[in-house]
Amino acid sequence: MANISTLNNQGEKMIKTTFNKVEKEQIDYKTIDQMASFNQFVKKKNTFLFSVTAVFLTFYILLPILAFTPVLQQKWVGNITGVWVYSAALFVMTIALCIVYTRMAPKFDKIAAEVMAEYKKGGGTA
Amino acid sequence: MNLVTAGFFLGIVGLTLIITYIAAKKTSSASDFYTAGGGLKGWQNGFAIAGDYLSAAAFLGVSGAIALTGFDGFFFSVGYVVANLVLLYIIAEPMRNLGRYTLADMLTARFNEKRIRGVAATGTIIIVILYMIAQLVGAGALIKLLFGIDYWLAVLIVGVMMTTYVLFGGMTATSWVQIIKAGLLLFGTTLLAFLVFAKFGFSFMNMFDTISAEHGDKFLNPGMKYSSSIDSVSMMMALVLGTSGLPHILMRFFTVKDAKTARSSISWTTWITAIFFSLTIFLGFGAMHFVGIDAIKLENAAGNTAAPLLAEYLGGNILLSFIAAVAFATILAVVSGLVLTGASAISHDIYGEIIKDGKLTEKQQVIAARIGSISIAIISIIFALFAQSLNVSFLVSFAFCIGASANLPVILYTIYWKRFNSNGVVAAIVTGVVSCLILGAMGPNIWSPVEGAAIFVGEPLVKLSVPAIITIPLGFIAGYLGTVLTQHNVEQKKSQEIYQEIRVKANTGVSVSDISH
Repeated sequence: MANISTLNNQGEKMIKTTFNKVEKEQIDYKTIDQMASFNQFVKKKNTFLFSVTAVFLTFYILLPILAFTPVLQQKWVGNITGVWVYSAALFVMTIALCIVYTRMAPKFDKIAAEVMAEYKKGGGTA
Repeated sequence: MNLVTAGFFLGIVGLTLIITYIAAKKTSSASDFYTAGGGLKGWQNGFAIAGDYLSAAAFLGVSGAIALTGFDGFFFSVGYVVANLVLLYIIAEPMRNLGRYTLADMLTARFNEKRIRGVAATGTIIIVILYMIAQLVGAGALIKLLFGIDYWLAVLIVGVMMTTYVLFGGMTATSWVQIIKAGLLLFGTTLLAFLVFAKFGFSFMNMFDTISAEHGDKFLNPGMKYSSSIDSVSMMMALVLGTSGLPHILMRFFTVKDAKTARSSISWTTWITAIFFSLTIFLGFGAMHFVGIDAIKLENAAGNTAAPLLAEYLGGNILLSFIAAVAFATILAVVSGLVLTGASAISHDIYGEIIKDGKLTEKQQVIAARIGSISIAIISIIFALFAQSLNVSFLVSFAFCIGASANLPVILYTIYWKRFNSNGVVAAIVTGVVSCLILGAMGPNIWSPVEGAAIFVGEPLVKLSVPAIITIPLGFIAGYLGTVLTQHNVEQKKSQEIYQEIRVKANTGVSVSDISH
């Protein structure tokens, strides 16, 4: 997990410096909320988060449904039945999506920092 | 209890007391007490959250359930692991960005009303008490089995220990007890799994062949515990969505400084729990093969001692003592976290913010927190002493059900839904809690035609052991209807402005330390 923390560092520094400057003044949430760049960012982020969530929840809930059908009850390899293989796949999926998220998140941090930088540049009137 | 067992047992007690002593010096403010000052590192909080997941029910319960019912037991493992993704993707970061000590803090950041705090705190207390009774009763029975101490004495020992950690060391002590226990548990489980796998010649094929030949193919598929798809779907929904609504898990996100650390915490947790729960296969199958189903049932009908018995078979008295000590540490750590969470709802939400209007000094807040901890501990201990003869392990599934049906809807709506209003919050929480309790009380865990199988004798009106498949949609619908039906009553402009602030904070983490308005 070492590479994740290094990935995070850059975005973290950017955000920290930007925010420390912003926090000294009163933050105008309304202005930020109406900025086009902020709304694009939120939309992009939420689309990513909720579509991935929909996908993994679907694969997950198929387990208890298919587990009672012959599809997963068959022996796939030797005496190993499909339910175990499918469960193992869900474990792998969890780890994979965890890695995907920790790779994507610093990118979102960076965009968030850019949005805040833009807000600051506009002096709260952007 | 022999010398080795006593040694490990006292080692755990001693180590945790030293931690508490050190933590006590660092615990002076309310923020220290409830959230360790927000100063935990990602990996530390990751281990601590993993520690919350890996309760005695998970360690002893799941391996026992696999040993006795095969794949049906493994459903839990899958549920606990995938639940991490819900936390990681949609809960952890906005939660950190909006909250302070409790779930109610996060909700009132948007809806600054006392009734919101009231219902959220009540929901938290109900979940904590249900969870705690199950843990304490399980703990009493387990310690009685492992160490040969009387039930009431075992419950008292656990009760006194958990109160000591929380009272003096607050969240710092609770977290470190949890971290160390998670490390020990991971080590112990890996060791057991390795020994089992070695005996099967490091071959999955061989392991499954042996189980199939010895016990039959029914252990390789579901159906021994869950007779239908719908019952297991309902239980699986409660697991995957309920975790994100459990107050003692949510509270952990406030122990780190920002959203990025919350993210790295849950990423650590995901790895730890994925490793741990994949090892439960070896523990379950190992116990089934080496100890034998009859021998496990003879010791404990629910299979809770399958893992310790396996340890005894594999490594004699020393390994048994070690695993028993780890199980003891597991119980202590989880109940401490629950006490702290209950105290935060009683002392911070209800007393501090509702009764005293948030006007307590730092010192008064810490005193209130300590009194709250003692109260919640005493209430749970009394319940646990009376519930000795009842099989109450299902109460944990009630807690997950309430988490998924009451808390998750309001958390998601608060963060992501612009129109959501405070009436929706009340409607969702009340509906979620009440429907889980009522449908649960009519279910097969409470009623069974077979005498002794459940608390009352009779035909259950609801066939589902966990009613989540009904109650989760109910919670979401109630939140939606509560909002849209009362839309005209709410001051539109003001609420819109607050949501703008929430949306900016949740997405950017700006001004994490300054949430009040």
